[in-house]
Amino acid sequence: MTLVEVQDLVKHYPGERSWFGLGAPRAAVRAVDGVSFTIASGRTLGLVGESGSGKTSVGRTMLRLQEPTAGKVLFDGNDVFALDAARLRALRRRMQIVFQDPYSSLNPRMTVEATLREPLEIHRLNGAVSALLEEVGLDAAFAKRYPHELSGGQRQRVGIARALSVEPQFIVCDEPVSALDVSVQAQVLNLLADLQAKRRLTYLFIAHDLAVVRHIADDVAVMYLGKIVERAPAAEIYAQPRHPYTTALLSAVPEPNPRATKQRIVLAGDMPSAAHPPAGCPFHPRCPHPMKSDRCRTEVPALRPITTGHLAACHYAQSPMTLADAAHQPLNRPRHQ
Amino acid sequence: MTAPAAPAAPAAPPVLLRVRDLKTYFVTEHGKGTARAVDDVSFDLFPGETLGIVGESGCGKTVTSLSILRLVPEPPGHVLPGSLIEFEGRNLLALSAPELRAVRGNQIAMIFQEPMTSLNPVFTVGDQIAEAAIIHQHLSRRAARARAIEMLRLVGIPDPDERVDDYPHQLSGGMRQRVMIAMALICHPKVLIADEPTTALDVTIQAQILELLDRLQHELGMAVLLITHDLGVVAGHADRVVVMYAGRVVETATTDALFEQPTHPYTEGLLAAVPRIDARRARLHAIPGQVPAATAWPPGCRFHPRCPYAWEKCVAEEPPLLDAGDGAGHAARCWLVTEPERRVPKR
Amino acid sequence: MTLGNWLALFVALVTAAEVVRALRHRALRRDQWGRRFFRLRTTSWGLGILMFLVIVALVAPLIAPFDPNRQLDIVHLTNQPPSWTFLLGTDPLSRDVWSRVVYGARVSLGIGALGALVAVALGTLVGAIAGYYRRWIDAALMRGVDVGLALPRIFILLMAVALWDGLPFAALVIAIGLTSWFGTSRLVRAEVLSLRQRDFVVAARALGAGSSRVILRHVLPNAAAPIIVAAALGVGNVLLLEAALSFLGIGVPPPDASWGNMIADGAPGLYTAPWSTFFPGLAISLVVMSLNAVADGVRDAMNPREDTT
Repeated sequence: MTLVEVQDLVKHYPGERSWFGLGAPRAAVRAVDGVSFTIASGRTLGLVGESGSGKTSVGRTMLRLQEPTAGKVLFDGNDVFALDAARLRALRRRMQIVFQDPYSSLNPRMTVEATLREPLEIHRLNGAVSALLEEVGLDAAFAKRYPHELSGGQRQRVGIARALSVEPQFIVCDEPVSALDVSVQAQVLNLLADLQAKRRLTYLFIAHDLAVVRHIADDVAVMYLGKIVERAPAAEIYAQPRHPYTTALLSAVPEPNPRATKQRIVLAGDMPSAAHPPAGCPFHPRCPHPMKSDRCRTEVPALRPITTGHLAACHYAQSPMTLADAAHQPLNRPRHQ
Repeated sequence: MTAPAAPAAPAAPPVLLRVRDLKTYFVTEHGKGTARAVDDVSFDLFPGETLGIVGESGCGKTVTSLSILRLVPEPPGHVLPGSLIEFEGRNLLALSAPELRAVRGNQIAMIFQEPMTSLNPVFTVGDQIAEAAIIHQHLSRRAARARAIEMLRLVGIPDPDERVDDYPHQLSGGMRQRVMIAMALICHPKVLIADEPTTALDVTIQAQILELLDRLQHELGMAVLLITHDLGVVAGHADRVVVMYAGRVVETATTDALFEQPTHPYTEGLLAAVPRIDARRARLHAIPGQVPAATAWPPGCRFHPRCPYAWEKCVAEEPPLLDAGDGAGHAARCWLVTEPERRVPKR
Repeated sequence: MTLGNWLALFVALVTAAEVVRALRHRALRRDQWGRRFFRLRTTSWGLGILMFLVIVALVAPLIAPFDPNRQLDIVHLTNQPPSWTFLLGTDPLSRDVWSRVVYGARVSLGIGALGALVAVALGTLVGAIAGYYRRWIDAALMRGVDVGLALPRIFILLMAVALWDGLPFAALVIAIGLTSWFGTSRLVRAEVLSLRQRDFVVAARALGAGSSRVILRHVLPNAAAPIIVAAALGVGNVLLLEAALSFLGIGVPPPDASWGNMIADGAPGLYTAPWSTFFPGLAISLVVMSLNAVADGVRDAMNPREDTT
């Protein structure tokens, strides 16, 4: 059953106008440019992209933490963008968010207890702070502490407890582990997986790290410059990526194995600015696909099904780029001996 | 003037940079304790090699790198007497300020994690790259500018003649890191200390920068001290690895040996905790607990509270770095080296 | 000065010192807030001085030996230097400076506290609204603030006085407050603009917290440090503004004493009788310095990071 449906979501940040709003505005930043997906109840969609891809804006706009430019989000049948303030507030109980930066996500002037008690007060819920803490693996003694007395991992657990406090069905996890050390990252990922199983939660898991997403997502969507360029079940996308960007992204993840024989594609250049996206396929200036043609420079490829359930926005997705096609090099450079 | 190509007066010693018993402590803010951030660290860096220093936040890897060029803020930090940092036979800790400045940026250069804050926003990148050449090689402004353009070309920045007059905010994160590298390498240093050079960058940009560092190291023949938390980066780019935990070196080995046979339980746990892209695991291995505070390291082996194998001896007595016996310098600070039969997890 | 005056002064001093000592003792034992507040020694001093001045203002009739407005002897007793009879000397109109400083404390502390309160409250309100809601509200409010900052304050006040004959005390306070909040609003707006982007503020909104809750619980407490400093400096500014207004003859109307108009009255004799300007000036400086010391304490107290334990 579909819990969350996003239809053609657009979020543009208008350029600033100079001179008291009388001057010419600068070009709008097209952070999210027509994104659609659905998440079934109890499942996890991994939304992957590099900085500037618009993945964070998708998460925040979906929860209406910022107003959309266009598009529609249906949550359990409710049109999130059409709700009045009171009904939006009621819906907030069912949709929550966990943030990336454990240092800025907690109010430094509130104890853990005050932080966790606040949502209970807002929604007049009966809940025990100690039970919440226990659920995220923290001792009840942490209630009296301030955020600066906690480690990054402990703060992130408090942030998760805060999201859980209102008993939501859906949580946007916005890079919840990318600021954490490897050993702690694994703890938090395991915690999120356990909570999902126990509470039947639905996640939108936003990340830049494809390796992390592999361990938590059922489906994966890859974003580039405000658009989803590929979407597929996780197993499928890792085994047979159809978009050259996904292929390059997968190959660029450094593997903790010095003997890995994987070949690496090093993309040239940077992601263009979302204020001035290139014409045609947004990826074409960096695309290493051997079949790249004039069509890529002029015609925006639609996100279309390639095989059942596997969508890609590439004119040549039927014949995906292989690692050998791309300008490549061995992962291991010649060792100094 | 010390041109990098000039032959060194004495026969070049086999070890380029020797760090012995390095202790860097910090007095904490309210004077209530001493943070032993780096506590008795030793390693060698040989000419032309890449030595990876791996560890999580708080392990002391960054303080180690800052200590080498004496960039630790004093106070609150101080390098304890008895520490030795020997570069080409000279103890850097005993140099006068002018002598040290002649080494910094000239023979040993450094790049940092955050390319935005490491560049001065009010000068052009060309001015900043040229600065080191003007200081150390006494080049004229014009010659230094030409060198700067040459360096920008070397680090793969397109249109270097134009970019040289850009300000840092006009460049992307990846480009800024290239500028940092150009700044560091303009004097052709013998040692480059790269402190988390790609942590702030996206994965595709990280790949570009690591490739660039590999190429430049090959072309310029310098030694690289690669400081990172990312075992993947180490696996692909280091010849040898030093693993740090709680201010100590806990394991050192060649890269292949470390990944094939991690000996210290911390290294083992860390490797198991990395999410792998090549296979999905139902649960990730997590190391329980947190890194302890630097003001109160645990007694005995500093890893014992989080170790799945620890026994009484680990609580009572801290192991020295014990030779794991592969003949290539593999050593681990763990009693399991002497009692391998105890490698049976309790939980 | 009579024995009674000395006794009252002594009692005021001892009371102030003892109250601060007791507060400090209790706070250090009891709670984190108090411990952080009293962490700096200067805070205790500042609090003690302020408390002393407040007590003096309250019991002014007991401490002042003369009627502050009475011209004692316009022929023989003008510009007398400090002595045992006239502790701080007399002014050009033969009034006792000590008595006027004591009574002036009532007026000046009142104007300072109320004026700064109005200014800071208004500045915080406007700054918070502009910074939190942004868009056209922000643009409109900030353009208004620009105009307010551009117009000379004295000029606005002069107009107010011209329009409203015989300005009562309350009106003066409000007029001063109403023209002193522009800077504070700028400061608060800048803080709020950066704080509203922080994840904990977004989190509160995601939890369904309303705007007032978000602003009062999450934004303003984290903007407290600059607001408190602005308030402390604001009191000093208001005292000086009142002096300037008195100088122009539109402040506290004579013969009532305020520290500001005492400086104005004594200014012509600055070289011959410096005491009639020096002591009210000293009083203003003492208040401003003490307030700053107390403000440091409040700022630390509101920041849990300052806890040393």
